[in-house]
Amino acid sequence: MLTDRRLLRAEPDFGLLTKLFQVNWPYVAVLCAVAACGYVALYSAGGGPEPYAWRHGVRFGFGLVMTLSLAMVDIRFLARFSWPLYAIGIVLLVLTLRMGHVGKGAERWLELGPIQLQPSEFMKVALAMALASWFHRASWERVGNPLFLLPPALLVLVPVALILKQPNLGTAFITAVIGFSIFLGAGMRLWQVALLLLPVPFAARIAYGHLHDYQRARITTFLHPESDPLGAGYNIIQSKIALGSGGLWGKGFMQGTQAHLNFLPEKQTDFIFSIIAEEWGLVGALFVLALQLLLILGAMLIALRCRNQYGRLLALGIATNLFMYVFVNVAMVVGAIPVGGVPLPLISHGGSAMLTVMFAMGLLLSVHVHRDVEFARREEFPP
Amino acid sequence: MKREGKRTTLFTRRALVMMAGQVAALSVLGVRLYRVQVEEGARYATLAESNRISARLLAPTRGRILDRFGTVVAGNDLNWRALLLAEETTDVAATLAKFNDIVPLADHDRARIARDMKHTRQFIPVLLRDFLSWDDMAKIEVHVPDLPGVIVDVGTTRRYPFGADMAHVAGYVAPPSEDDSGDDPVLALPGMRVGRAGVEKSHDDDLRGVAGQVQMEVNSVGRVIRELDRTEGQPGDELRLTIDMALQQATLAHLGDQSASAVVMDCTNGEVLAMATNPSFDPSLFDAGISQSQWEAWTSDRRTPLINKALAGVYPPGSTFKMAVGLAALQAGALTPEDRIVCPGYIDLGDTRFHCWKKGGHGALDLRGGLKNSCDVFFYHAARRAGIDAVADVARKFGLGTDLPVDLPGGRTGLIPTPEWRQKHHRHWGAADTIIAGIGQGVILATPLQLATYVSRIATGRAVVPHVTRTIGGEAQPGATAAEYPVLDIPEEALALARGGMFAVVNEAGGTARHARLDIPGVQLAGKTGSSQVRHVSRWAREHGHFNSAQLPWEFRPHALFVCFAPYDAPRYACAVVIEHGNAGADVAAPLARDIMTDALTRDPARREIAPGQTVAQG
Repeated sequence: MLTDRRLLRAEPDFGLLTKLFQVNWPYVAVLCAVAACGYVALYSAGGGPEPYAWRHGVRFGFGLVMTLSLAMVDIRFLARFSWPLYAIGIVLLVLTLRMGHVGKGAERWLELGPIQLQPSEFMKVALAMALASWFHRASWERVGNPLFLLPPALLVLVPVALILKQPNLGTAFITAVIGFSIFLGAGMRLWQVALLLLPVPFAARIAYGHLHDYQRARITTFLHPESDPLGAGYNIIQSKIALGSGGLWGKGFMQGTQAHLNFLPEKQTDFIFSIIAEEWGLVGALFVLALQLLLILGAMLIALRCRNQYGRLLALGIATNLFMYVFVNVAMVVGAIPVGGVPLPLISHGGSAMLTVMFAMGLLLSVHVHRDVEFARREEFPP
Repeated sequence: MKREGKRTTLFTRRALVMMAGQVAALSVLGVRLYRVQVEEGARYATLAESNRISARLLAPTRGRILDRFGTVVAGNDLNWRALLLAEETTDVAATLAKFNDIVPLADHDRARIARDMKHTRQFIPVLLRDFLSWDDMAKIEVHVPDLPGVIVDVGTTRRYPFGADMAHVAGYVAPPSEDDSGDDPVLALPGMRVGRAGVEKSHDDDLRGVAGQVQMEVNSVGRVIRELDRTEGQPGDELRLTIDMALQQATLAHLGDQSASAVVMDCTNGEVLAMATNPSFDPSLFDAGISQSQWEAWTSDRRTPLINKALAGVYPPGSTFKMAVGLAALQAGALTPEDRIVCPGYIDLGDTRFHCWKKGGHGALDLRGGLKNSCDVFFYHAARRAGIDAVADVARKFGLGTDLPVDLPGGRTGLIPTPEWRQKHHRHWGAADTIIAGIGQGVILATPLQLATYVSRIATGRAVVPHVTRTIGGEAQPGATAAEYPVLDIPEEALALARGGMFAVVNEAGGTARHARLDIPGVQLAGKTGSSQVRHVSRWAREHGHFNSAQLPWEFRPHALFVCFAPYDAPRYACAVVIEHGNAGADVAAPLARDIMTDALTRDPARREIAPGQTVAQG
């Protein structure tokens, strides 16, 4: 439907070159800077380009091509895939539960031939698209109607429940927050928010009862990490030691003893930030954190500048996703929240996360490129 | 569109709030990073260092103990042991079972292994068995493929070539107890030993050496990545004793199987040349642990094989004490060299009669005669005239009743009744007690080492102190020359008188130990006999002639003592012999002392040149 007449009529000279020019290049630069930090950190984590850094770079390269390609695609066209992608996401989640690969007591991975997929990562983006679609056509008044909010609430709860069942507490929480942020951006009334948040403490209590032992251990050891230095509190303590011993200026590139001597668990994924903080000190850590913040705020700015509701809400969802990644990961590394399998976007090693993040970035850039297009409210999406 | 505008405004407002929230949240993390990295940085840096570096101690080799001529008294043997590295085997129980088929493990071994397994981490080897024989080693090596994780390595174990002959001087080592481990971390290493007796104990710190240290970078499971730093330890100092092993063995041979002790000293400088105690024990047994039955056998033996009688055996000195009494009387001015005392065979004090050993009495005697004949009555009078305090004072000057600072553990003080002691333990000290003290009986007690020191001091007039080490780590120890010892404040003429009396005992007709004359031309022995009663002899038994000590049960017979020095005109060697329940000193102890002194004088270890590192063939 790219040949839709109205579309072409609206922007007669919106050619590929113009679109390329319209790409938010400073944002792409920040993206590359973050990925470069990731390369350096993974180089150190692997003690050389193998086994992490090189693959990280290649993945990012391919991802960047995908991102820029997506940016060229009209957001209105992409929007049409919101529902199918959401459906695919749900199917993949169900498949993961049925036949997923069990890693660390949780079924998170789905093996599709040579590709290992983490459907929950993909689901977050698909959910943002689906919710943006839903709210795109809703007027301010309709959003005020609780009945109108019921279907999108289900859209959020179904994947959250599926991810919780894996169980992947961190991603489930992030998914819920993404949904919540889009609700807020769409104009959900504040009294509704209050009503929604009221039962949260009770729900948390009940949820704690259903947690897996290792998840409970994470919470208890988070509260008293020194109680079990070689057991469950090990990760937190070792991570803090890595950070603290890094000091202000760090131990220098490849000089991190904590990481190189394997005191840090999962240093190339969840705890990559510890390596950065150990080797580059507070300065390096804050630098990476600032770059990530630029990425988040840049996404938010794209959302603000976008003139259609779908693009805005999608960008908001993607920004929230980035923010939650960074916040949960860094908070975990500094020992501020219990440990959960949440990577640091574009820095942690992992194909699935890289793929979904770059996919989201493509959508984001597309939103930016097409920020001013006329986006009809009804016709684009079947109700 | 108005509605569209409202939606946009709302979105903008909420998005801005969210952005503020995001900035705030990440700032909080930034602050937290600052706390952890900068404010608490130093603490975590130390933690990281200790995470990374594992220090391991290298067990030092224990210093050897040599005799004065370099003969090894305590050395080190290689000890082959089998260790198990738990991480290299998949099934610890199966490996242990297979090991047990090859080299049987005792129940206590198994209990210890199970305990060690629990307490050590996978990569630290646990001792399975040590003291492996060559056969066991070969068997283990052959079966190595079936024994994953089993390593054979070598440590050291203490070896005492002379065994029981030197057990009391050299002492022995044993595995450290938990109390010991507190003071030195090196003791926690497998194979480390602590000196438990003798020189091994008194010079434990010198012999132990300094542990080396390897600092290794380890990863999180403790596996060694590389060695960062290595400080070689220092092996323990080599100890050179004053003992002459040849003389020591000769002395022991003379003692035979009697429960006895003999000390030979260089009386000019206090070097102990032989310190023989019989019976003895095998010191190497302690390394592997003593069985209960062995321990009970030793401790219940009335001949006390575990006690070094030379310095922990206390005996009434009997007549050997008479020189001190005579010198005290001279010193107090209560007796002159010319004074004669008539011995009718007894003296009466109130209704108590104190007998001389010679029934008919000795007639009139001067001090020299008193010593020569060992006349009891003479010294009853001398003690009474001098008073107990003067006697105690002189006795202490000779080292009796004092803690001799000999470098061996377990020495006893003996007993000389000083005024303070009497105040505390014997408030009703009477004239009778002083009279009994005059012949070295009653409460008076001395060790053979004290007696040897006593004779040395009489012989040289200097306050020599006995010691058993010449060099530690090649460094000469103080006290090797006579000039280092102060001159006693007893007039030389008085001492000469005592020496003369001792000369007469051995070399003059009528002397109590005339049969103990030396058979070396131009060299004379000067000595004094002693027989000390361990049981009161009733007046009834004495008067009815029922007093024949040789017929008494062994433990009621008197001790036989002899103290002596030689050559008389230039004293060099002093000797004290105590034979427990050996009856009369003159009959048993004196000939024995003569034989020992003959060996000492002919071998002459004190004057023999000692080149460093030289080993003299035993002969």
